[in-house]
Amino acid sequence: MFEQHLFLTGLVTGHAIRVTICALIAERTGIHVTIKKTTQARIFGLCAALFASLTSASVVTVENYGYPITDRFAATVVGTPVEFQAKLPKSIPFTGKSITIFPERVTPDVFFYGSELLYSVALQDGSAPLIFIIAGTGGSHNGTTNENIAKAFYQDGFHVVSISSPTYNNFVIAASETGVVGHAERDAEDIYRVFEMIWAELKQDIQVTSFNVIGPSLGGFNAAYVSKLDEQRHAFNFERVLLINPPVSLYNSISLLDRMTQDIPGGVDNFDRFANRLLHAYATTYKQPVGTGGDNFLYQVYKELDLKDEQLAALIGTSFRLASSTLAFTADVMADYGYIKPKGLPLNRYSNLQIYNDVAVRLGFTDYYFQFFYPFYKADYPGVTQDDFIAAISLRTIEEYLRNTKKITVMHNADDVILEPGEINFFSEVFGDRATIYPYGGHIGNINYLDNVAHMVATFNGEETQR
Amino acid sequence: MKHPLLRICLLVVLASVGACSSGPQLQPQTADYPEPVFTPKEILPPDHANLTEVYDPWENMNKHIYNFNYEFDKAVYLPVVRGYRAVVPSFARTGLSNFFRNLVDVTSIFNSILQLAPTKTFQNTGRVLINSTFGIFGLIDVASKMDIPRPVEDFGQTLGHWGVGQGPYLVLPFLGPSNLRDSAGLLPDFYVAGAASDAVFPSEVTLGAFVLYPINSRANNPFRYYQNGSAFEYEMVRWLYSTKRKLDINE
Repeated sequence: MFEQHLFLTGLVTGHAIRVTICALIAERTGIHVTIKKTTQARIFGLCAALFASLTSASVVTVENYGYPITDRFAATVVGTPVEFQAKLPKSIPFTGKSITIFPERVTPDVFFYGSELLYSVALQDGSAPLIFIIAGTGGSHNGTTNENIAKAFYQDGFHVVSISSPTYNNFVIAASETGVVGHAERDAEDIYRVFEMIWAELKQDIQVTSFNVIGPSLGGFNAAYVSKLDEQRHAFNFERVLLINPPVSLYNSISLLDRMTQDIPGGVDNFDRFANRLLHAYATTYKQPVGTGGDNFLYQVYKELDLKDEQLAALIGTSFRLASSTLAFTADVMADYGYIKPKGLPLNRYSNLQIYNDVAVRLGFTDYYFQFFYPFYKADYPGVTQDDFIAAISLRTIEEYLRNTKKITVMHNADDVILEPGEINFFSEVFGDRATIYPYGGHIGNINYLDNVAHMVATFNGEETQR
Repeated sequence: MKHPLLRICLLVVLASVGACSSGPQLQPQTADYPEPVFTPKEILPPDHANLTEVYDPWENMNKHIYNFNYEFDKAVYLPVVRGYRAVVPSFARTGLSNFFRNLVDVTSIFNSILQLAPTKTFQNTGRVLINSTFGIFGLIDVASKMDIPRPVEDFGQTLGHWGVGQGPYLVLPFLGPSNLRDSAGLLPDFYVAGAASDAVFPSEVTLGAFVLYPINSRANNPFRYYQNGSAFEYEMVRWLYSTKRKLDINE
């Protein structure tokens, strides 16, 4: 009754379809899952792996890597089963805060809730190194990925400051100078400004010994450009920067993700039917509702239902599409460009947005880049073609910097679904032994795995980079 | 009409009906502005099944109530929940939460019977009997420790079970997303829960429950308005709500 009303909406935490769909299922079926601990013995081997190298990168071999999911799409959707996760504190003082970035900005009424930038901190009592976390595509400052990273570093004695991705709705509204995000250098400027303003607020209260940056996925891509910007600005003089599963070329990665929505049977027009079918399939598999679905719910569903790669890809694509559609609409309103909302048309908090949602969900990130992003910026880049402009949104553009900057390290997976075939080699070629390549994990699927968390934290304690 | 849960229910429904009478707000007309790069006409297939379409003829009113709920949540609910967490120790909060779940299980018995569902009736009855006795008036959820399933059935589901459609989407003041059918279903459910409480406890307990139930429910719910990253939160909540209710009924 009451729970079913106001409080059903607890489902809507995190916009990813993975979360929403599976929360729906978990809520409905209430699966309680236990997985036998069978493979603890496999968990060793990072040290050995450091010496096993096909290239100069630290390639972790299959034999030495105990992450249990070898299917790249499944790893991306399912993540790390609880038994294989690093031991992290149940809770840390991870506190939400807000800051006004552009005091002069008049926020459109339809986004009245987003005028201040939200971020999270977990601060030590004494003097400590500080780490900034930049979330991945559409990710928020207090999303699960960021929170887990925060726990690992807080536990290890760091001050933690966590911010949302520049592609996150609240960041676009409150902290993007143009509103038209996805521009490597400009996003880095926006992030750097946010870092400086947050630090200005924090510095009365805490003692900091060094500044560091970590970013998963697109956050890693952002971190590389932020680090480069810091070489000119010197506000922080970052000591170490870790990129986890970053894209090489943003365009290649978003094209791959855009194409995954084609795996939805009947295309994105059939999303509703697709989602319902999945829900029903799960629901009928589990008739006995016991307890509540935890993190392992997804893993169990994956094992039981034997989902095909295409179905998993469809889920990943759908999740990405939901993020990119919100981004495109938000950018359109903020810049008043006239991409899907008529230019000049004011929207308020009561406006009907369904039609914009419907249109936005049918457009890809690639449409955003060609029909909005490029036209918006092209005047600033005379003589640069559309293809060259978009191709330049790539780590290859700052390859020389990355090659020579010892403070930057990479963790990546050989089977990451957001990389084109062969793109993974970019990291071993450019970063050499500062790149650690795991055999499995898909995109970010292994980020909570025991070995990965240990390596992630060790990177910032100087144990890995001094080789 | 004697107990307060029922009274607040009626107030809520009346408030909703009252709000219905406020006419739709004038919105600027799209036609007065230049066409955007991508128009619905061009992008949406002519027979397009809306991704997230839900029958919502009272959208304007609903959005006003949604906004009211957000303001109320920020100004009242969340501060109260913070105070509740600070003052009431964790074991007491769990006990209270179990107590309410036990009352909900009582309404589930009634609804399972009305749906002619013997297994669910049996499970819910077993839960209530065990938790009310060994679980000390429901404060300890012994039944769940014994792995007895908890099929929550409300009157909205019962109506749905017998073929009543969802009706228009409705955002209830204080309570959040619902529809006409499920809103109507709140009345019998609250009545049964209140009567069950009155039958066992002095009326002060029911009164106390009336005050604490919303706080307990809010404390147990992680949802925070406008923090899920979507620019289309209202639309998304609406779709999730009606999808979930369809599934609840088809199980």
